[in-house]
Amino acid sequence: MTVRGEYLGMPLVINDLQHEYREFFGYCAKHDLHLQNCDDCKLFRYPPTTACPFCASPKATWKPVEGKGTLYSYGEVHHAIQPVFRQYSPYMLLLVELDTQKGKPGEYDGLRFTGNLAKPDGDLAPPELVRSVGIGTRLRIVYKDAGDGISMPLWTIDETATQPAKPWRYAIE
Amino acid sequence: MAASGDINADSEKFLRGKYAIVGVGETAYVRGSGRTTRSMGTEAVRKAIEDAGLKPSDVDGMLSYSYNDSTFSPTIAGDLGIRPNFYMDVYGGGSSTEALIGIAMGVIEAGMCRTVVIFRAMNGFSEIRIGGTGGRGAVAPVGGDGLFTRSYGLSSAGQMFCQSFMRHMYDYGTTPEQVAMVKVIHSEHASSNPKAFYKKRMTVEDVINSRMIVKPLHLLDCCVETDNGTAIVITRIDRARDCRHAPAVIQSVVGRCCKPRPDMHYQAGPISTVAGHYAKDILWPNAGLGPEDVDVTGSYDAFTFTTMLQLEDYGFCKKGDGGVYVSDGTMRLGGRRPNNTSGGHLCEGYTHGVNMVIENVRQLRHDIDDSCPMGANGKRQHSYDYREGGCRQVKKVEVTANLGWAMPGTGSAMVMAQDNR
Ligand SMILES: [Zn+2]
Repeated sequence: MTVRGEYLGMPLVINDLQHEYREFFGYCAKHDLHLQNCDDCKLFRYPPTTACPFCASPKATWKPVEGKGTLYSYGEVHHAIQPVFRQYSPYMLLLVELDTQKGKPGEYDGLRFTGNLAKPDGDLAPPELVRSVGIGTRLRIVYKDAGDGISMPLWTIDETATQPAKPWRYAIE
Repeated sequence: MAASGDINADSEKFLRGKYAIVGVGETAYVRGSGRTTRSMGTEAVRKAIEDAGLKPSDVDGMLSYSYNDSTFSPTIAGDLGIRPNFYMDVYGGGSSTEALIGIAMGVIEAGMCRTVVIFRAMNGFSEIRIGGTGGRGAVAPVGGDGLFTRSYGLSSAGQMFCQSFMRHMYDYGTTPEQVAMVKVIHSEHASSNPKAFYKKRMTVEDVINSRMIVKPLHLLDCCVETDNGTAIVITRIDRARDCRHAPAVIQSVVGRCCKPRPDMHYQAGPISTVAGHYAKDILWPNAGLGPEDVDVTGSYDAFTFTTMLQLEDYGFCKKGDGGVYVSDGTMRLGGRRPNNTSGGHLCEGYTHGVNMVIENVRQLRHDIDDSCPMGANGKRQHSYDYREGGCRQVKKVEVTANLGWAMPGTGSAMVMAQDNR
């Protein structure tokens, strides 16, 4: 069955052929991060795929993954393109590297999530919060419910983690 | 995952020097063309064929690329009376130019046709803007792969590339001022290009003080969006030597070479390394030369950063020194190795790469269309005075390199040289 949701006023749709996406967002709807784990090489991958990017095996099992990581890089949108995002500018385009599988299979590889910076309740971060985050900031996953069978994963500052004294930010504020 | 360096590039080098670009053509670079992509494509193709000294009936192969924002080959062929023995219209934007040149060589080599015209016609400002403002996709429902991108306000090229650009600054200490020099230098070049959409010379301060689009990209770090048609004609070297101009001889070509994980390139690091890292191992061995032998580059400038990242990963400087390379005067007219002497996408016009190839063909012909006076032989008498409104012909240019960009994980490249039979 087609999953339909709505997030920030945007209609979301996962049709019934997209099994991998339905599974991923279905776990998100339970506020539970799961990724495909290869039955053969045992590596996780993100985003969901139809075979293993590392060994081409078609067999995988959805397994729980801890939603914690470090900001690996980012962009900060001041000129929004999609009309719905104009009211949230500036917003951060995060690339979050999970602690799980960091540096695997290659030294510079990892599970890197795209996403936005949010408050702990999943609402997009206000400008002062955006300015406090940079490369090195420790983040944890949060979810914003978007409908039956779909929630959007987002990232917030991990209050329990040791944070860098000064996360790396672009030279000009 | 096999690196491209494992390819025995030498095994295919028999095509080195066997094909050439013989004709180039373009419409004006404007905002508000007031006409169809069909009309612009037809004009560019007609001019490129004429430039080659050929008739439309001499051309029997056609290739084009688009984002479903253009007119397909059969329509242009019909308008000009071309009867194709081969045509193909592919989906794609940046980096398609060099890739299709390679395909053209392949289909001629396979005996499918004799001479190919490649075109790109786009109303990139007045119909489909690549930056996405007002684009068709901006308000459509979010599904499929878009659940991992558009749902996060991650949709335009700048938004998709910014993490790679930012990480380069983090990894190597690259500064906004260094990168801004790409725009400064390209604007200097454009100030001597009567065709350029933006002819005004810019300063580092102009770039840094222009409004922020998506960090680290200011408005002036981003290319212009324009309406235009561009075309080039390719044929075998023996036929090329009968054409009007000295052929720009293709030494090597790489098409849409990818980093690992072309589905989502951020997964494979380092993300501050781009596809050129892999493409260089095909480009240079096939050409039988290296970056130090190149006189003029055409490193795709969708953004200031794309020029820098590619020059660096193709080996024009040490990895991480791109910021120094683009800001120390090397790539300025009069410098050791000028880049995008037309002003490129940042200033001349946005064509998804064709205009940078056209410019290098004219450099190799020693026939750049600047404001230098015409001589009695019908060729410009170049002054090599690179001040505003002056010359843009490079004095000594025997070898050029084009570095095409699709995204951080995908790129194409080509080396051309003067005919040294
Ligand atoms: Zn596997």
